[in-house]
Amino acid sequence: MKIGTKILHTGNEIDPTTGAVSVPIFNAATFRQTSVDACGPYDYSRSGNPTRNALEEIIANLEGGVKGFAFSSGMAAISSVFLLFSPGDHIVACEDVYGGAYRVLNKLFSRLGIESTFVDFTDIGKIREAVRPNTRALYLETPSNPLLKITDLRAVSTLARERGLLGIIDNTFMTPYLQRQIGYGMDIVIHSATKYLGGHSDLVAGLAVAADGKIAGQIKFIQNAFGAVLGPHDSWLLMRGIKTLKARMDMHQRGAAKLAEWLQGRPEVKEVLFPGLSGHPGRAIHESQADGPGGIVSFRLQTEEMTKKFLGRVRLPVLGVSLGGVESIISYPVTMSHAGMHPDHRKRVGITEDLVRLSVGIEDPDDLIEDLESALG
Amino acid sequence: MKTSTMAVQIGVRRDATGAMSFPIYQNATFSHPAFGQSTGYDYSRSGNPTRKILEEGIAQLDGGVRGFAYSSGMAAITSLLLLFKQGDHLVVTEDLYGGTFRVIDKVFVKHGLSATYVDTCDSNAVNRAIRENTRAILLEVPTNPLLKVADVRKISGIARGRGVLTIVDNTFMTPYLMRPLDLGADAVVYSATKFIAGHNDVLAGLVTVKNEELGNRIYFVQNSVGAVLGPQDCWLVIRGLKTLSVRIDRQLENARTIAEWLSRCAAVKKVYYPGLETDPGHRLLKGQARGGGAMVSFEVADRGIAEAVLKKVRLISFAESLGGVETLITYPAFQTHSDMEPKERERMGINDRLLRLSVGIEDAGDLLDDLCQALYGVEENR
Repeated sequence: MKIGTKILHTGNEIDPTTGAVSVPIFNAATFRQTSVDACGPYDYSRSGNPTRNALEEIIANLEGGVKGFAFSSGMAAISSVFLLFSPGDHIVACEDVYGGAYRVLNKLFSRLGIESTFVDFTDIGKIREAVRPNTRALYLETPSNPLLKITDLRAVSTLARERGLLGIIDNTFMTPYLQRQIGYGMDIVIHSATKYLGGHSDLVAGLAVAADGKIAGQIKFIQNAFGAVLGPHDSWLLMRGIKTLKARMDMHQRGAAKLAEWLQGRPEVKEVLFPGLSGHPGRAIHESQADGPGGIVSFRLQTEEMTKKFLGRVRLPVLGVSLGGVESIISYPVTMSHAGMHPDHRKRVGITEDLVRLSVGIEDPDDLIEDLESALG
Repeated sequence: MKTSTMAVQIGVRRDATGAMSFPIYQNATFSHPAFGQSTGYDYSRSGNPTRKILEEGIAQLDGGVRGFAYSSGMAAITSLLLLFKQGDHLVVTEDLYGGTFRVIDKVFVKHGLSATYVDTCDSNAVNRAIRENTRAILLEVPTNPLLKVADVRKISGIARGRGVLTIVDNTFMTPYLMRPLDLGADAVVYSATKFIAGHNDVLAGLVTVKNEELGNRIYFVQNSVGAVLGPQDCWLVIRGLKTLSVRIDRQLENARTIAEWLSRCAAVKKVYYPGLETDPGHRLLKGQARGGGAMVSFEVADRGIAEAVLKKVRLISFAESLGGVETLITYPAFQTHSDMEPKERERMGINDRLLRLSVGIEDAGDLLDDLCQALYGVEENR
């Protein structure tokens, strides 16, 4: 079955009792038991809720993992996965990672004795150099946020296997429709489902998928003990969002490609970062591991002043944080998504004052171009 | 203003349209009015208008400066524990909720925190357990499931003198019956799934604090880790809070009737309910709370009877959780406290003869009939 069909038909989207084609919203905290010795399939919603479970099975199925987990936010998913580690453990992460992931590693997990090193994941040699005897995991995004750098998943998975490390990937930008990393040897896939999977900027949610039963058991323990779970209403909204993932993503990509080409031809624009462009350094690798470039285009204007003026003038894309919704969203990473990152670190990796991140929505691309044109001029 | 009035008024006069019920902001991100400007909302993990109404509401009910809403009671507790770092030490109530015990024992101990479990009814034992690296005392009042009562004023005083935070899990009492911040605590935590929301239909956790500095630290973790409560669930908790006083009044009355009846039952060996004058915690609780709550635990003669009761109850549901309008019965040793060492459990009294009732708002007579037939096989006996 093609992934586009699988998105709609994973086999658990129908309520077995009534045949309803939309899974019911179980707004239940607790479940009545009939026996002292054997618990029923559900006892308490933190441990398991039928609506959430349907969602968890869908994402596991789409990612090709053994088990899925739904959390109250992308950061709750990321934090819950980091809670698998112990003091003294070390994580090697890609240097232009989402600012929230950087913050939680540097300001919170560091207090619990978990160390992290941030390196350029486009260079496998640098990752290899950063691995220490106490390294337990490689944590990456590809394409990365906001610089859209491409990591070679096969090379990273090989390194992870050689050194006995867990491969953890944030697949928010691609979704399983475009990239399924468990097939490339990754052990845990994470999503901020707030973005493309939900797709409507109307919910906050996180997902994690485990590639094997052992890791699934560890994540399940943390999910239940920590309890940063997704509520039934938001679980249902997310399943509803996933149903249109292919249709939305196809349009996001088409618009993004058109805008990236157009931006490249503008004199005000210094650089366009989009893995679908022929000049993108990671394009060949990306095309070998993903089915499309995605809907995010980052670009640099000639000066900081021009950038700020431009952001003050855009009308159609919403100026705000987040991405992946049907409406276009334009962000200024320095003060928004990557505000949690140390200024020196931002500067070193290239998240600078001239950078704009555009999440291309499903509006008509010509309308977006017209709006950006008037904002530039 | 009285707690009951404040609870009913949560969200009223807060919406521009005049809607009496505050809207559900089913929203992830917020448009900035212009570059460099913000409406005060950027991203729902950092702040959501519906969540804010709930967070401000619970802060007001508790007499605190700030409130926080989480995706579950355990997410609230875990987020508080994330304030601490490697090498820090906690003093914790020994017969506390099994989920709290589990996250401390199996997650945070691994991350370099240590904890001493003490009988917090003994304030001197609490004092003795404080070490140089102790950062917080975590109290459940009354405890779960043995309903033992700690002296919040006295313990908070001791803690303050030693530079230690006092955190009270107030799930069983709610701000309607007890306000730990008024008694000297620094932070209060709730599984709002229970009495606060009150309908067994939502999972939620809440935290309130007495001072801004601690509030800022808690906010940092809430925003960074993101174990936040969704807007629909926030709205359900607000809706639940509106009937807090009428529910608790009725639950309390029923609990007292049941506790008195159980005390007279030959099949029942022991009744734990701090609302009864004969209960060892009664006087202390009366000095710091407005009532005994709606949790009644009791011990029967043997495991066989306990299992028979669970099998025979018809009106009362055999299910985990508590605090809802429907009466539930739980077997703590095998459900809520199954993560504790069996030996430890037995020593404290959480044995295989102990049952815990969360008394709902049904007619008290119907509840007694059900308990009577479950214990004796016939209703008429009572």
